[in-house]
Amino acid sequence: MTIAARRPPRNGDIAIRTEDLRRHYRMGETVIRAVDGISLQVRAGEFVALLGSSGSGKSSVLNLIAGLDRPTSGNVTVQDRDLARLSREELAKYRLHVVGMVFQSFNLIASMTLAENVELPLRFAEVDRSKRESLAREALDRVGLQARMNHRPSELSGGEQQRAALARALINRPQLLLADEPTGNLDSHTGTEIMDLVREFNQQLGMTVVMVTHERALAEHYAERMIFLADGKLVGDQPNPIASQQAVQS
Amino acid sequence: MKIPDLTELALRNLRESLLRNSLTTIGISVGVASLVAMLSLGIGLQQLASRRLVKSGLFDTVFVTSRRDLRNYDRDDQRNGPAPGESRILDEPSRQEIEHLPNVLEAYPDIRFITELRYEDKPHLTMVSALPDSARSNDAFEGMRGSFFSSDVAPEVILQKAFAEELLGKTPKPGADDVNVSELAKPLLGKELTMRYAQRQAAPSAPGAGADMSGPDKSALSGAAYSVVSREQKLKIVGISDLDPESLRGPMRAKVFLPLKLGESLHVMQPTDLRELSRAASDQPVYSSISVRVKNPKQVQPVEDAIKKMGFTTFSILDASRGLAQFFAVLYAFLGIFGSLALAVASIGIVNTLVMAILERRREIGIMKAIGASDGDVKKLFFAEAGAMGILGGIVGVALGWAIGQVISLGTNIYLKRQSLPPEHFWVVPWWLVAFAVLFAFGVSLISGLYPASRAARLDPVQALRYE
Repeated sequence: MTIAARRPPRNGDIAIRTEDLRRHYRMGETVIRAVDGISLQVRAGEFVALLGSSGSGKSSVLNLIAGLDRPTSGNVTVQDRDLARLSREELAKYRLHVVGMVFQSFNLIASMTLAENVELPLRFAEVDRSKRESLAREALDRVGLQARMNHRPSELSGGEQQRAALARALINRPQLLLADEPTGNLDSHTGTEIMDLVREFNQQLGMTVVMVTHERALAEHYAERMIFLADGKLVGDQPNPIASQQAVQS
Repeated sequence: MKIPDLTELALRNLRESLLRNSLTTIGISVGVASLVAMLSLGIGLQQLASRRLVKSGLFDTVFVTSRRDLRNYDRDDQRNGPAPGESRILDEPSRQEIEHLPNVLEAYPDIRFITELRYEDKPHLTMVSALPDSARSNDAFEGMRGSFFSSDVAPEVILQKAFAEELLGKTPKPGADDVNVSELAKPLLGKELTMRYAQRQAAPSAPGAGADMSGPDKSALSGAAYSVVSREQKLKIVGISDLDPESLRGPMRAKVFLPLKLGESLHVMQPTDLRELSRAASDQPVYSSISVRVKNPKQVQPVEDAIKKMGFTTFSILDASRGLAQFFAVLYAFLGIFGSLALAVASIGIVNTLVMAILERRREIGIMKAIGASDGDVKKLFFAEAGAMGILGGIVGVALGWAIGQVISLGTNIYLKRQSLPPEHFWVVPWWLVAFAVLFAFGVSLISGLYPASRAARLDPVQALRYE
């Protein structure tokens, strides 16, 4: 079955499932167990935070879910797709249509304007130019950056860059938003603005959000569920009633 | 990714590292320029040689002789034909028949004889040849002083420079080329020569028309069908040619030239007449050989075949022309290889530039892959960049090659002028060479982009995103 032809998940369905997921790296004689037997499930529409100290394996898990990396053993299944079985080409299509990603360092292309950065995934999806422009404008408008669409990333503040990155992640209407320390390079006020946007996407667009962070307060404020990792292993998985309540209220 | 998007992104990326990419593109341009310059020179030289050869009248001419000419009998292609004694005579009806063959421009008899010419009462024995009007465009008369015959029947004569020297009593130095034709022409042009010759006449009938009968001293040679009478013809010197009589130029291997129709009307006794004497029944001339000019050298072979079918022996210098084509093919190959060397060096520049670009844009490639670019998209993007450099370099290179050609051509023509030689057009950039050079540069660039593009496509996105 092709990626585009799949049924969109309904809230409550299992969106992500990992089973005894392992990712080991070899550095000389040493084997580094970045992910070491993690099994978890994330429901569609859920907002999950992966917490842990540096080197706990949270970014590695995120990369495996994003299809950027392949597991050493175990399975990652996203919306009934076993990512380990997908070819490189299929994984690229999966990243293009199913996943939106934001990073700590924004990862915008410096030589392109915001509008060009935002519409880049549409170029890979071979969307017509006229349609691309209107979609990019719409996405930038959603994150409040329409006035700066012709600026280059270097002309923008960190918060604005991250908002542009969110607009880019949004442009293909993915079902999954994967955020790797999205506020790590931002001050607390700007970080809050970004996290409010992420929560808006989660609640209004029904996107499943998996966010990697080492800031417990941030996770407690926004994530419905917190998963704790240490040394590549899952050491805790607990719901977050405060965020769930806030989500219901908003 | 669609081709317009690829092109747009590729050009944007090239603009980002403008200096480095410009230098690489200049490298390709120099390579293409050298290729274009070399091949243009080769093509120009070939065209010059072809022009010269066509003008020489050798390569578009078929020489026809009768099979009765026993000198030809040993040739392989003659052995299957009729016996020499039974084959056709090369007479006027045969000439007309040949002239009406397709692609034949003209067929004229080779009239050549040795006779005595008197200038200022001194006799000079020499070879005289008659030329058709079409010979005026022959390169043999390019360096001529004076003018070509005013008409095909005018009692005029063109002298070869060595004979002009003889008339003036100058001794030609062996091997010396620097005879000034102008100096010879001054005292001779407009002067008169008297040619004494033996005329062939049908014995019972009146003498042939057109001859200036100044000597009535008939001396019958034969009591059969013909008589031979001695006659004189006054001829005005109209031109002095600098043609070398030793060169292989068929009917032009003579020292004195007459207009063809005049030559025919004189009915000069020729060596073949004696041989044909026993067979010819009328006073119609029998020719020893006929020169047939065809429209272009390519038609020589079919015309030759058609004449052979009529039962005559033919000869052309087509084989020499084939050898020449082979020579130019080898010359092209050599010039092409030398020209391509610079392009090969430039292609290494492309590989280097793109590999550097991968290192620099490692993170960018990682980002593109993270947001959905496939290996193919990344590969195509690098290919497009290589191709764009190739096409730009190709276009600039063709212009550069053309400019180099113009400069060399100008320089050479200045040199030729100083050497008192006519200017030559030996530099040709045909449209197909322009297209070939640009496409070749594009192809070479794509091949150069193969390794960098596949290396970029294989990049691990996780590693690439970690790269700072």
